[in-house]
Amino acid sequence: MTPLVLSHFTATSCIGRGLPATLESLRAQRSGLAPCTFETVTLDTHIGEVPGVDEVRLSATMQRFDCRNNRLAQLGLAADGFIEEVAKCAGRWGPRRVGLFLGTSTSGILETEIAYRHRKPETGALPASFDYAGTHNSYSLAAFAQELLGLTGPSAVVSCACSSSAKVFGSAQRMIAAGLIDAAVVGGVDSLCLTTLYGFHSLQLVSRHPCKPFDIARDGISIGEAAAFAIIERAPASLDSDAILLFGVGESSDAYHMSSPHPEGRGARAAMLQALDSAGLARDDIDYVNLHGTGTPSNDRAEGKAVAAVFADLASAVEASSTKGATGHTLGAAGALEAVICALALRHGFLPGSVHTREVEDALGFEYLCANRRRSIARVLSNSFGFGGSNCALVLGRAQ
Amino acid sequence: MSHAPAQAPRLTAYIQGIGLIGPGLPDWQSGCRALAGDEAYAPRPTDIPAPQGLPPAERRRTGATVQLAVGAAQQAVAAAAIDPQGLPAVFSSSGADGLICHEICESLASADRQVSPTRFHNSVHNAAAGYWSLATGATAASTALCAYDGSFAAGLLEALVLVTVDHIPVLLSAYETVYPAPLHAKRPLPDAFAVALVLTPAPAPNVRAKITASLRSAAAAPDRLPEPQLEALRAAMPAARSLPLLRLLARRQPGEVVLDYLGEHRLAVQVRECR
Repeated sequence: MTPLVLSHFTATSCIGRGLPATLESLRAQRSGLAPCTFETVTLDTHIGEVPGVDEVRLSATMQRFDCRNNRLAQLGLAADGFIEEVAKCAGRWGPRRVGLFLGTSTSGILETEIAYRHRKPETGALPASFDYAGTHNSYSLAAFAQELLGLTGPSAVVSCACSSSAKVFGSAQRMIAAGLIDAAVVGGVDSLCLTTLYGFHSLQLVSRHPCKPFDIARDGISIGEAAAFAIIERAPASLDSDAILLFGVGESSDAYHMSSPHPEGRGARAAMLQALDSAGLARDDIDYVNLHGTGTPSNDRAEGKAVAAVFADLASAVEASSTKGATGHTLGAAGALEAVICALALRHGFLPGSVHTREVEDALGFEYLCANRRRSIARVLSNSFGFGGSNCALVLGRAQ
Repeated sequence: MSHAPAQAPRLTAYIQGIGLIGPGLPDWQSGCRALAGDEAYAPRPTDIPAPQGLPPAERRRTGATVQLAVGAAQQAVAAAAIDPQGLPAVFSSSGADGLICHEICESLASADRQVSPTRFHNSVHNAAAGYWSLATGATAASTALCAYDGSFAAGLLEALVLVTVDHIPVLLSAYETVYPAPLHAKRPLPDAFAVALVLTPAPAPNVRAKITASLRSAAAAPDRLPEPQLEALRAAMPAARSLPLLRLLARRQPGEVVLDYLGEHRLAVQVRECR
């Protein structure tokens, strides 16, 4: 693919609202995971809750979109001057030539969960105030963001569970390549809700403790929430040396199981190889892999095998880590959040170490980082995998 | 950074297979006769077939939404006589499985909040894509989109872009099922409807037609169907927004239709080289 520039990006998660706070937390290896006191949830677990979401107010004209997911979206879009940069982008290309592709797994379903507690006793009807299209429907996220940003280009929500907001980079990249648009806002927003907290708990995939990806004693995920966005567009002839580019996208399906990864990481391997191929890069061009690394025994084992297979027998082992010990697993927002973390690592010359991970297996086949490393890096790979066997890998890098 | 020329790009593909499941439209062959006017359209509740190719344990876990999306996709792939294993797939739907969503919300509103693990992993929007890959062994990329009432056009656009940029055949399956009460009152979809297309970059002996799509402004009104009952279906179901296109294909009639997409856009589709 022709590389595209990430002309602006932002992230809001439990480790910080906006890039400076996120960078500071990553540098200090600070985790945002804390014991769960969310809503009426009574599970013994840790979560990555973004502070202040309940206090966000949507404008009077957009009340139909009011739900936790769109409040988190607005909080995220307001950080780092992102809204202003989108306006400049729309000025460069025209608002109809800027696409909008966002990932979410559960959108505003928390509103529906709460509405089900307030059904009319006589009829079972949901409260009149409940707005399906504005909150529950997956597309409500993109409809809200499009209105907030004033964009009028093609738009869709990708909802492929935990690979959603990595896959939006692929949708946007192809639409730019086809000439339908010149730029796109991509990203992901997923917010805490009872469906995912109790659902992952029913699958016995949730840890009681802060998750510790790739630790020999890892015992499940910590659910988080995040809003992360990037503007991607055709690269100009000359770029600043610290410009961040999207070089490649790889996507595959496991065809193995709805909620367990292929034990050898077959689909993960295919996605990584395809991303390298689409970037026109060799394995040893990759300086760092941001792993999906959820912290469940089977996910990390399968991904570890896939990474080891892709990066086998290199002169020096590839360095890799998961950042979910800091942020939690932000589900449909994880792909975009971790793409932004990779962009920060590229721009500021560091490799983020895995928070909470104490002891990793020997002979993983790659070097798993528990501590940060300061080093200039040029090319990174970011993995995102989801239920349904949906896999996506992105290659990002510096222009230099 | 320079301004790009503002010309509207056109996306072209050949339709090599069609699948259809809807009220009174049990498959493409019979739907084709109703849409061509060879037979009167007789609405009756949608009959969703059991999906082929899944191991019995997995088949038992599928609900109506997955069966509908996979059933239409299987019709289209069979008609196209194409191997699904390497075929990228675009699934597009305004909602995931409404019944599962209802059951989970009911559980969460109850005292014990027990969510069934199978229901939870089947609740994801990409459940159909996941079961499709299990049924066919397809390891190519798949995606699951949502664009509310514009979900058919959004899916067709994504699929046509894949065909155009990657020069490969692509499967599209667009579908919706009904929500049970009380969600039904908030999203009153009347019945299940699915359409699937196998789109290819090059002509083959069994292609039905060549299509070319481009974005139009919202000033262009979406085409309606002259048959009142089919028009009611088009207006009520996001996936049935495809019916004006299917009608031209059924009639082997070259022409252009304007399909519903999103607020500011319509999708114009030209149909040519009908066979």
